[in-house]
Amino acid sequence: MQSGIFHSTYQADMALRRTHAEKIRIALFLVFMLAFPLFANRYYLTLANQVGIATIGAIGLNILVGYTGQISLGQGGFMAVGAYTAGLLTARMGMPWYASTLAACLVTAAVGAVFGIPSLRLKGLYLAIATLAAQEIIIWVVTHWDAVTGGVNALVVPNPTLFGMQMNTDFRFYWIIWGVAGVAALTTVNLFRTHYGRAFIAIRDQDIAAEVMGVNLFRYKLLAFAVSSFWVGMAGSLTAHYRSIVTWERFTVDVSVLYLAMIIIGGLGSVSGSFFGAAFMTLLPAVLTNLGRALKSSFPFVDAIIPFVQQAVFGLVIILFLVFEPEGLRKIWKDTKDYFRLWPFSY
Amino acid sequence: MDLFIQLTLTGLTNGAILALAALGFVLIYKSSDILNFAQGEFLLIGAYVTYAMIAQFGMAWPLGLLLTLVVSIVLGVVVERLVLRPLIGEPIISVIMVTIGLSSLLRAIVSTIWGNQPRAFPPFIPSEPVNVLGATVGADRLWAIVVAIVMLGLFNFFFKRSKEGIAMRAVADDQQAALSMGISVKRIFAWAWSIAAMSAAVGGALLANIVGVGPELSGFGLRVFPVVILGGLDSIPGAVIGGVIIGLLEAYTGGYIGQGLNQVVPFIVLIVILMVRPYGLFGQEIIERV
Repeated sequence: MQSGIFHSTYQADMALRRTHAEKIRIALFLVFMLAFPLFANRYYLTLANQVGIATIGAIGLNILVGYTGQISLGQGGFMAVGAYTAGLLTARMGMPWYASTLAACLVTAAVGAVFGIPSLRLKGLYLAIATLAAQEIIIWVVTHWDAVTGGVNALVVPNPTLFGMQMNTDFRFYWIIWGVAGVAALTTVNLFRTHYGRAFIAIRDQDIAAEVMGVNLFRYKLLAFAVSSFWVGMAGSLTAHYRSIVTWERFTVDVSVLYLAMIIIGGLGSVSGSFFGAAFMTLLPAVLTNLGRALKSSFPFVDAIIPFVQQAVFGLVIILFLVFEPEGLRKIWKDTKDYFRLWPFSY
Repeated sequence: MDLFIQLTLTGLTNGAILALAALGFVLIYKSSDILNFAQGEFLLIGAYVTYAMIAQFGMAWPLGLLLTLVVSIVLGVVVERLVLRPLIGEPIISVIMVTIGLSSLLRAIVSTIWGNQPRAFPPFIPSEPVNVLGATVGADRLWAIVVAIVMLGLFNFFFKRSKEGIAMRAVADDQQAALSMGISVKRIFAWAWSIAAMSAAVGGALLANIVGVGPELSGFGLRVFPVVILGGLDSIPGAVIGGVIIGLLEAYTGGYIGQGLNQVVPFIVLIVILMVRPYGLFGQEIIERV
């Protein structure tokens, strides 16, 4: 009979995977993810790929917002930087996709760090507004810098190839996206076991105390922006290669809001929370669309209002989560685990 | 010169409407430290409800406008009670996010009822062109400026003279002290939200009269940010002056430089102001430096 999880050594407390149950769950999850593409049809593969890209982006945003406590409404803009850099390098200069993706990540990290400079003077609400301005400025540049980005016209990106294989199907792209997502998850979990990550968390919890403890705020805040933007740029550049087409409409302020919603609904300051949130917010509209199609035959008026219902549900889900479960899906998952662990004497 | 006057008047009109939207924004921030991302949707709802009252139910415009104000007050109170009150004391990001969720929900409700097509608004303010110093402008634009000035004057009177207004300033100044003086802070929050919804609704009705009603009216919500940052987040005169400055700036860059630069200039101003003077022109200088 267990009454909770307790560790008797520091080593066990610091371990990456703390319990046997967790190891088994991760193994089961890995088996599922490996087997999934072999059985899933194209529709589910598309959804899985979207969830994968969203997970990478959400992990990136969570590093900044959840772990370092710097609110950012510029996610869409940073994704646009990643997508356009990767798309342009591949489409105009013929760079292979992996090289252009890496370049895009580094460029986005640099841009993120530049727009992170206001965070040194501003926090909370003011920083949120500053990043909102960054979002608007980046999208304006993208739509008006015709000579480079092609303005409001779509940018067509050739299909990537790997080991001489055209990566033009959802099945093949699945491995790239989820491979990268796995790397992102693993490096991020490990990042917060190093002194860099600890410094980020210290800044979130109390920045003045962190500075007194010897954390260089200038360095670490910009570093948080850069690391976060690196993964956000990765999500953007994978979008470019996966969709083979880049348009600015995919990176508006609504996207920033969507990603913030993901990490809040999933759980702030948690990698698994990023995954939960990304999956939830990507699958929710798909479920609603399917539900609408199913109901269309019996209630024809449903078809016309599906987009509105999606928007309303999006807003409602955010409000309900914040009012009733501010710690998100991760907390619900934890409560469920605790319920069974402590059963029948849960409290 | 004609162009200059033309642009000035356009800028002043937009500035006046921006100021009305910003006023509600500042009011909410001042009394409860909440950044309301749904301010544009309040404006949108104001425009559509006025449209429904006047065009769809065929009411006389004073009655229609009055009913719109009543609807806005109810909306403000309901939003405060159901959405914001449970979040008192939660971190900033939750509060920001909840108003963003609210904006999405309100926009969806408006689209479900009225659809996504822009519609012409039956003008209740005469819009025939008027000659001002050699430039021609629609009379509705001039009226918008007049109405905005009257509204702002009324609000000023409310804050200086009425019991509720004074209580509201007290809450903004120090919640604890206000509580100990027997002021119900909760009721003041409800007041702040309903006044914000109301002033946005007036702005919405004015705007709808000039450009018609459509879902894109909610875009005003984002344009409010440069205004409030420039004027100072917690300053009511700042909201007015900021609104006028940003309105004029947009009009001049749009008219003289063009190329869509008018959409981005306010945000560049925003960043500069945040870097140089985060409390804005008239805001209180309580900025924590780290």
